[in-house]
Amino acid sequence: MDRERSRREVLQAAGALAGCGALLRLSVRPAAATPEMMKDAVRSVIGEAPVKKGKVKLDLPPLVENGNSVSCTVSVESPMTANDYVKAIHVFNEKNPQPNVISVKLGPRAGRASFSTRIRLADSQTVTAITELSDGSFWSDDIDVIVTLAACIEESVH
Amino acid sequence: MARALIHVPASAKKGDVIEIKTLISHVMETGYRVGVTGQPIPRDIIDDFVCTYNGEEVFHAKLYPAIAANPFITFFTVATESGTLAFSWTDQHGATQVQTAAITVE
Repeated sequence: MDRERSRREVLQAAGALAGCGALLRLSVRPAAATPEMMKDAVRSVIGEAPVKKGKVKLDLPPLVENGNSVSCTVSVESPMTANDYVKAIHVFNEKNPQPNVISVKLGPRAGRASFSTRIRLADSQTVTAITELSDGSFWSDDIDVIVTLAACIEESVH
Repeated sequence: MARALIHVPASAKKGDVIEIKTLISHVMETGYRVGVTGQPIPRDIIDDFVCTYNGEEVFHAKLYPAIAANPFITFFTVATESGTLAFSWTDQHGATQVQTAAITVE
């Protein structure tokens, strides 16, 4: 009888442990970022300054087959002179595990306020570029992209 | 750290805006993926990239895990004088790789 009970206890303990393990794994797995997280990230980078639409152009393919590598170009209309230039360009996303993508610092020496890179997109979402000009104003551009193969969490296929 | 490819025009006219292309081989592991044994794969990314032109910073980027593997970055600068462009990539552990390219400005 004693033996029986101990066996049951052992099994219960094992079950409880397994449950804990499952919980632990659930808590370790990242939740995707939300549009609210993106807003927080934007605020932490640019502060409370108002952001207007325009001046900056974000170039991404609207339909993405492989989210592991998406070409992304951001350019800003600016003469890039010593008095009127682009100070920074930031790119944010809504649904990757982390809302930041890249933050670039520029100056009049850049000559042209534009850069390209390749980014990861974990889901169909809105990508936002925000630029800070030397006069302290902020301008933004959004693009909605559809992603068929997600990046970041899944194994890459190449 | 890794193999890097840089494309800078060998010569340019003074005042020209030149395009610079850089690529470095790096996994840019996000830290969000799980390996075959169910263990999370630890994060390993390059988080900083700087280009200086004769010692003056002309481009500085902070990279996040959302940058694809083998970070490829292209940008522009004004050819002001002959000299050296230095490119440095720093990973999250603080290891830095520096590569240089020479440019002749007429």
